[in-house]
Amino acid sequence: MRIIISLIAGSLFGAGLLISGMTDTTKVQGWLDVFGDWDPTLAFVMGGAILPMLVAWRLTAGHTPLTGGQFPAPPKPELDRRLIIGSALFGMGWGLAGLCPGPAMASLTYGGFGGVVFLAAMITGMLMAPALGAQLDRPANAA
Amino acid sequence: MNAAWMWGLFGGVLIGLGAAVYLLGNGRIMGASGILGGLVDGSARRNTAERLAFIAGVVGMPFLVRPLIAPQTETHLTGNLGIVIAAGLLVGIGTRIANGCTSGHGVCGISRFSLRGIVATIIYIAVGGLTLVLLRHAWGLI
Repeated sequence: MRIIISLIAGSLFGAGLLISGMTDTTKVQGWLDVFGDWDPTLAFVMGGAILPMLVAWRLTAGHTPLTGGQFPAPPKPELDRRLIIGSALFGMGWGLAGLCPGPAMASLTYGGFGGVVFLAAMITGMLMAPALGAQLDRPANAA
Repeated sequence: MNAAWMWGLFGGVLIGLGAAVYLLGNGRIMGASGILGGLVDGSARRNTAERLAFIAGVVGMPFLVRPLIAPQTETHLTGNLGIVIAAGLLVGIGTRIANGCTSGHGVCGISRFSLRGIVATIIYIAVGGLTLVLLRHAWGLI
């Protein structure tokens, strides 16, 4: 059951990424490039995606997931160095190529050789992250 | 309203429905970087099959429906492989250190009014915009 739910969720996500235009890097970069020919599509995608989730989070109150277990714990209120530095590094890569992890996977079958290279580099980065992240947890250097 | 925006809104709702199915069904946050990252770095021992099924949907559904509904959709990714590799590494490292990307922090975080999700989203959009504007308009590199 959990596997079928995962497949349905992934299929909706993949179809949504394709239909919304988010696998097209010119749309993503067109949104980030405020000094170019600005493309507002990404804001509509983000807004559209948040709507069902506003309802879904409300439905979690007082219930358990369909397949049992617990819903995710309430979000931590603290901001830490990992969140800030990690998001900044992600932003640099996102701006450079216009791909984030979801669209990089969704476009695998039509993104050509470059798309495969991006995905391979992204997975390599994911494998490097634990060691790099551990550096951030050390006390700040006096320098 | 421009047609591209309406397709954006419609596709966005599908993305949000996927996240809602994943949350209400499996009790988990639908984050692309977390689902893939946990699979490749071995931190997800228990639910490997669920993650593989999710990724099969993400990759498979666009493959199946693109010829029918969006045959003209392309990624238009830069042909500069140095940029592609640098960007991929940064996205992989950054999303795993920050523990989320556009889907986890953006869609799932903002919709539950998570401060971490909202701050992460502001940072990656601001840094992404700055990176692109500097490299494209100031330095002419991309």
